[in-house]
Amino acid sequence: MHTQNRSPNTVDRSQSFSPLGYPTNLLTPGQTYATVNQTIADIPLKRAPGPWWVGFIISFLLLMMFLVAVTWLFWKGVGVWGINIPVAWGFAIVNFVWWVGIAHAGTFISAILLLLFQPWRTAINRFTEAMTLFAVCCAGLMPLFHLGRPWVFYWLFPYPDTMRLWPQFRSPLVWDVFAVGTYFTISLLFWYLGLVPDLATVRDRAKKLWQKKVYGFFALGWRNSASHWQRHQIAYLLLAGLATPLVLSVHSVVSFDFAVAIVPGWHSTIFPPYFVAGAIYSGFAMSLNIVIPVRKIYHLENLITDRYLNNMANIMLVTGMIVAYGYFIEALMAWYSGDIFEIYMMTNRAFGPYGWVFWVLMLFNVLVPQALWSGRIRRNPVLLFIVALFINAGMWIERFVIVITSLHRDFPPSMWAMFYPTKWDWMTLFGSVGLFLTLQFLFIRFVPMISISETRELVAEPQKANTL
Amino acid sequence: MAQLFPKSANVHARVTIFGLVILICGAGWATSTIYWSPYTTNVDVPLQQPIPFSHKHHVTDDGIDCRYCHTSVEKSSFAGIPPTETCMTCHSQLWTDAPVLASLRNSLATGQPLKWIRVNDLPDYVYFNHSAHVAKGIGCSNCHGRVDRMPLTRKAETLYMRWCLRCHENPQQFIRPRDKVFDMAWRAPPNQEEQGQALIRQYHVDTSGRLTNCSTCHR
Repeated sequence: MHTQNRSPNTVDRSQSFSPLGYPTNLLTPGQTYATVNQTIADIPLKRAPGPWWVGFIISFLLLMMFLVAVTWLFWKGVGVWGINIPVAWGFAIVNFVWWVGIAHAGTFISAILLLLFQPWRTAINRFTEAMTLFAVCCAGLMPLFHLGRPWVFYWLFPYPDTMRLWPQFRSPLVWDVFAVGTYFTISLLFWYLGLVPDLATVRDRAKKLWQKKVYGFFALGWRNSASHWQRHQIAYLLLAGLATPLVLSVHSVVSFDFAVAIVPGWHSTIFPPYFVAGAIYSGFAMSLNIVIPVRKIYHLENLITDRYLNNMANIMLVTGMIVAYGYFIEALMAWYSGDIFEIYMMTNRAFGPYGWVFWVLMLFNVLVPQALWSGRIRRNPVLLFIVALFINAGMWIERFVIVITSLHRDFPPSMWAMFYPTKWDWMTLFGSVGLFLTLQFLFIRFVPMISISETRELVAEPQKANTL
Repeated sequence: MAQLFPKSANVHARVTIFGLVILICGAGWATSTIYWSPYTTNVDVPLQQPIPFSHKHHVTDDGIDCRYCHTSVEKSSFAGIPPTETCMTCHSQLWTDAPVLASLRNSLATGQPLKWIRVNDLPDYVYFNHSAHVAKGIGCSNCHGRVDRMPLTRKAETLYMRWCLRCHENPQQFIRPRDKVFDMAWRAPPNQEEQGQALIRQYHVDTSGRLTNCSTCHR
């Protein structure tokens, strides 16, 4: 620790590389406890930089658009959307599955990588856990908007009502309520528990009394004692263990919404694993879309090194291949089933009126991510950001293809019809992005966005930080 | 570093945590109590009628049968509200000058029926048939309670769907012999379970699930 006096924001590009050309540093050399504390904890305590304001104002305007779209929806009913028979599940369900999918990277990074002792979760777990929470918020709203009478949403819960009716427990839509509810609760607890020592660091560094008091309140009297740490670590591991099955179960349950139905294009056993892989795929893409600009704006290159980007890109490549395999199996099983409706569904999906959407999906989700085979692209933040944007858009289009093209021509041709989204559909979609980003910007502004205590651990054990 | 919070903050924290638990439980209890109280269910709340008609007096003191006034209860879905003329079979002779019956006399003179307020009002999306229940051995008091003890008419049950289902799922607990249907004082005998099963067979009550099918009542 010989460079006590250097500015924490000077980027040290002297990276070590593995024989395969991977960057191996999780921290740039020369980081100390002091620089780590200063870099991360001072962000919430100081004034927000200009780009933050620009981003926040744009997001907030999108959020207001969301408010308008939802108010109009509640006033007029779901008829303002493009949905009708046979396409009764439109954008609301597409958005729901998309957002729940995005929410999956957080728990994958925080829980599974923690249990597997992967140190490269350190600088990104806080971000992605926050992203999980905000994405679940967006996801949870969508099915409620889709209810014809959203004010009786509590009918989804089993409670002693006057009709003595329970929710239909054989319906995956009810499983969704519990799966998403559990996921949100566990994610929130996990996120907050990890935050407690960091909030104490911010409290101790704060100069103004009100800042000390606010962060002190949420730090729950953390004094950094050994017994605090011992209990904290036990609780953290237990929660990680609880959260791990959720990574697989939540999106499996979401996929049952489709797989349990008999509609060709939905009724498929590949759905649960294929959905989970897609969820992690889009989750990592969204993480990169957030981490890359934030790293740039706040000069966090010393803490979020290229190794993180490289590893995240690797995960995207793997899950992307699983998703591509899923597309292939869907087509293969349609052909192999010999079922006229299944075969027609696949032909219609690729060459029917929505055929162009399918080929855009193939381009975005299968072709473009092949660029990640190149190490130079994996370590180039700008190119990686662009690939991640394609994947995010691609994953939304995937859900559009699954929901819309399966429904619009199912069994009797007399029932066939097209689905055209209205402007209210689009406003709800982009408005929900506004909600997500607004929450994300507030998080970046007021909460230490990288785990300070875990980064200090990397400083203390440099061999952990610099091994493959 | 100076202390940020006074020592009393510990107490505040405990009070907040335990208080929150108590508050949530208490709010749940209060909501459920108010929800199931006459304040929302209107059970046992007499309504303001054009004449303070007493079922207790007419049934218990005078011994008039239910069907004397509710004439269609055995034949129709609607039990029937008596026309002014039915009242006048007695009241053209009895209490002819009573001020409380002024609106009754006025109704006869003008031909305008009295506007009785419905006490047991099912929602319009429920199909209900009095004659079917009477024919299958469900007595008046099963749903309307001891009307013969009501000086002012009031609802005896909530008429909520869960209340309907109590009987529709286990009719053997409530069914009675047909000749006891209009017996206000009938009480279930100790062997109600066996007698009920026998009556279900005798009256051909379909317990295969039809009684709890949605479209039996929501047509």
